[in-house]
Amino acid sequence: MDMWRNKRLRVLLWLILGMPLAGAWGQAPNSCLDCHSVLDAPLQVTPEQFSRDVHSQKGLDCASCHGGDPKKTDMEAMAKGAGFRGKIQRSQIPGLCGHCHSDGAYMRQFNPSLRTDQLSQYVTSVHGKLLAKGDVKVAVCTDCHGVHDLRAPRNAQSKVYPLNIAQTCARCHANAAYMKGHAIPTDQFAKYSASVHHEALAVRGDLSAPTCTTCHGNHGAAPPGVGSVQNVCSTCHVFQDQMFEKSTHKAAFQAASLPGCIVCHSNHDISHPTDAKLGTGPQSVCSQCHTPGDDCDQATKEMLSGLTRLNGAIQEADRILGVAESSGMEVSEARLEEDQAHDSLTKARVTIHSFRKDLVEQDIEAGLKIAAKNVQAGKDALKERDYRRMGLGFSLVAIAAVVLGLWLYIRKTEQTA
Amino acid sequence: MKSQESSVVQPQRRRVVEILLGGGLFASVVSFLYPVLRYLVPPAVADLGGDEVVACKTGDLKPNSAKIFRFGNHPAMVLMTEDGEYRALSATCTHLSCTVQYRNDLHQVWCACHNGLYDLNGRNVSGPPPRPLDAFQVHVRGDEVVVSRKREG
Amino acid sequence: MRALARVRDWLDERLDWAALIAPLRHKTVPIHRLSYWYFLGGITLFLFLIQVGTGILLLLYYRASANEAFESVQYIMTRVQFGWLIRSIHSWSANLMIFTAFAHMFSVLFLRAYRKPRELTWISGMLLLFLTLGFGFSGYLLPWNTLAFFATKVGTEITGQVPVIGKWLMVFLRGGEEVTGATLTRFFGFHVAVLPGIVTLLIAVHLALVQRFGISVPPGVEAEWKASPGAARQMKFFPGFFLRELMAWYIALGVLGALAAILPWELGTKADPFAPAPAGIRPEWYFMFMFQTLKKIPARIWFVDGELLGILAFGAAGLVWLLLPFFDNLGRGRGRRMILGAGIFALAYMAVMTVYGYVAK
Repeated sequence: MDMWRNKRLRVLLWLILGMPLAGAWGQAPNSCLDCHSVLDAPLQVTPEQFSRDVHSQKGLDCASCHGGDPKKTDMEAMAKGAGFRGKIQRSQIPGLCGHCHSDGAYMRQFNPSLRTDQLSQYVTSVHGKLLAKGDVKVAVCTDCHGVHDLRAPRNAQSKVYPLNIAQTCARCHANAAYMKGHAIPTDQFAKYSASVHHEALAVRGDLSAPTCTTCHGNHGAAPPGVGSVQNVCSTCHVFQDQMFEKSTHKAAFQAASLPGCIVCHSNHDISHPTDAKLGTGPQSVCSQCHTPGDDCDQATKEMLSGLTRLNGAIQEADRILGVAESSGMEVSEARLEEDQAHDSLTKARVTIHSFRKDLVEQDIEAGLKIAAKNVQAGKDALKERDYRRMGLGFSLVAIAAVVLGLWLYIRKTEQTA
Repeated sequence: MKSQESSVVQPQRRRVVEILLGGGLFASVVSFLYPVLRYLVPPAVADLGGDEVVACKTGDLKPNSAKIFRFGNHPAMVLMTEDGEYRALSATCTHLSCTVQYRNDLHQVWCACHNGLYDLNGRNVSGPPPRPLDAFQVHVRGDEVVVSRKREG
Repeated sequence: MRALARVRDWLDERLDWAALIAPLRHKTVPIHRLSYWYFLGGITLFLFLIQVGTGILLLLYYRASANEAFESVQYIMTRVQFGWLIRSIHSWSANLMIFTAFAHMFSVLFLRAYRKPRELTWISGMLLLFLTLGFGFSGYLLPWNTLAFFATKVGTEITGQVPVIGKWLMVFLRGGEEVTGATLTRFFGFHVAVLPGIVTLLIAVHLALVQRFGISVPPGVEAEWKASPGAARQMKFFPGFFLRELMAWYIALGVLGALAAILPWELGTKADPFAPAPAGIRPEWYFMFMFQTLKKIPARIWFVDGELLGILAFGAAGLVWLLLPFFDNLGRGRGRRMILGAGIFALAYMAVMTVYGYVAK
């Protein structure tokens, strides 16, 4: 009782001082913010914070979600009669947001191109289904999008901006204590952070690179089923998908209910595939299923050797061209061809997914031809360099002869002078 | 520099000097003139390949087809649309620099690496590419299709 | 040989050839322990002739437009027979010529050859030095590679800082507000027509003056020879000194060839005006000391902008240097000592700032 009275006194004091401040933010009189800006967390919402919220910028206010009457002062603003709802229950949040966001006619007023299926997607997601069963620890709208300073997803500071999504998911999914009771691992974020996709997104800044929601969906978030992994990866990795579809592994994987691409490439810690994934070495993925000595074992060894050969040829060409360049020879044409040889190598590596060594060999041969041409170009450049040095030597000898001759001539003529 | 005191000059000495001077002069002048003379002869390939390149002959392309050629230090593509119009674009994908190709089923330029798509003006329409492909100017000169860089702004 | 004598007689009948070359026959060169320095002027002239020769050859293939310049130099380096040799010699000789021009100037300064009556020779020589730097600056842009593009941008930007006329001067040099293909065309015009024309005239004047006044003897040697007239030695220009100069020129040719073959000049990457300037942009070594000075000068000195002060200081220094001979007579020996001090300071400053510019990151 005492504490309550103190608080009221404090609030009244700040009201007198705070009213001009609230007015300074240029918003309509909002008694909610007047009080709540000076309260402690979790009740604190400052006008500055709320001004960043996209809903506030579109003209909505506290009452739009919480009810009540911001024009009334003091506790009258939070009266049940004014429709005050207080703090929204977690299980109610999707419904509350969806009340507007699923209403096409309503949303058209603000952003006609904004989707309105978020709620219907959400109820199909793992989060939605668990929430319906009573689990309130799952993510609801505000957990990912924020609340009170909610920013549009294309805003770089939004929690759901592509660069920030993984961290937002990780808040729960990487927290082992929080995820207790759910039978899924909590190492996805750690694994993803080491992957090439993360590198493309965060380091290279390629916003088209996949993050959690790209493969799992955002509102309808769920892991892709065993049969649909290939479909998901194929949205970007088209050629690999086409080759795999026609390969022997497709039927075999389907029969064994294996999750497609993940078997060899894993799902979260997708590292840059090295040639060592082939063959029979310690990093080989083929040996997960294939026994040493069978036909496929032979095929994988041959494919690996093909790649190794081509890689070696390209590196040899690169080395020679480097030597030629550092001796001052101009080899830009051959350097251009090097890119083509590299393209062949990339192509060969993609062709692996057909699991046909004859097709792989075709690409290898094409690449070897180009690499051989480049090696020859490098050798020619070195030959040209030697030819130039010989020519230089010859002219230097001639020059030396002249200089010597002049010196002797001078000595001779001045001796007799 | 000291001038020597006079002494008798041997005939062999004189010959050595003469040979050295004469032969050396001749050889050195040859070693200067030879490169210059060869330099003056224009090389077989007169085309610089920088500003303007003959991409192909007029009969080479059918409507809805394309050809990759070298333009300066990079690959480029000349294509003929369904209506018989020539277009020329850079063939280096703006995503990760793979070489793009023409898809006559899609009537678009496609990158096989990550499924990027460009329209026939080079604009990136789908997939990862962040920027359009550079467009070049195409003229038909006689029976040659000539591609050149756009005029500097 | 007889044919040659007949040609000579034929010319002599009409041109009075003998009278024309008579002064050259009588020309002598003083011989003393410092005579080796006399070679520098001739070497500079020789390198200039090399530049004209290789420059004309390059003109046969070079194209001066932003779209084609780089490719044409690449073409010369890779496709034209011995194009690499001509181009590399041109680039190396340019740098060597600037070096020998400076060395020639400093040797004249320290040997006090600028004294009366040779003031005009000094002035024409200083103008030649400035024009040589102009050759270097304009020629550097012509391959239109990244380094050259940005070096020109920075260099012309600095020109724009000169008070009153700076902006106009910058637009005049650039052919516009920015460095574009128009700048390239303009620099090309300067490099192959304007500057060669002026320089040729000035060289003729400079050589005529040298011929008129003869080769100067350093004051110390002069005093020695006055004391003991027997010690004075002169060598005839023809054939003695000339043959020695020929030796020096031939050696220089050998050095140029070796440099071109073993350390060919880089092509670089084609300039992209829209790309940001690469880190570590800096001018060629002969401008480095000025560049480094302007970089290190504090932003404000009293109430004046630091960079502006630096530019004005260099301008003033250039003017003083041009008129150096007129300071020689000040006071009793004071002018002489000032010039000597200034010379040592300038040499040391340029050397230190150049090295500093390369070593500092």
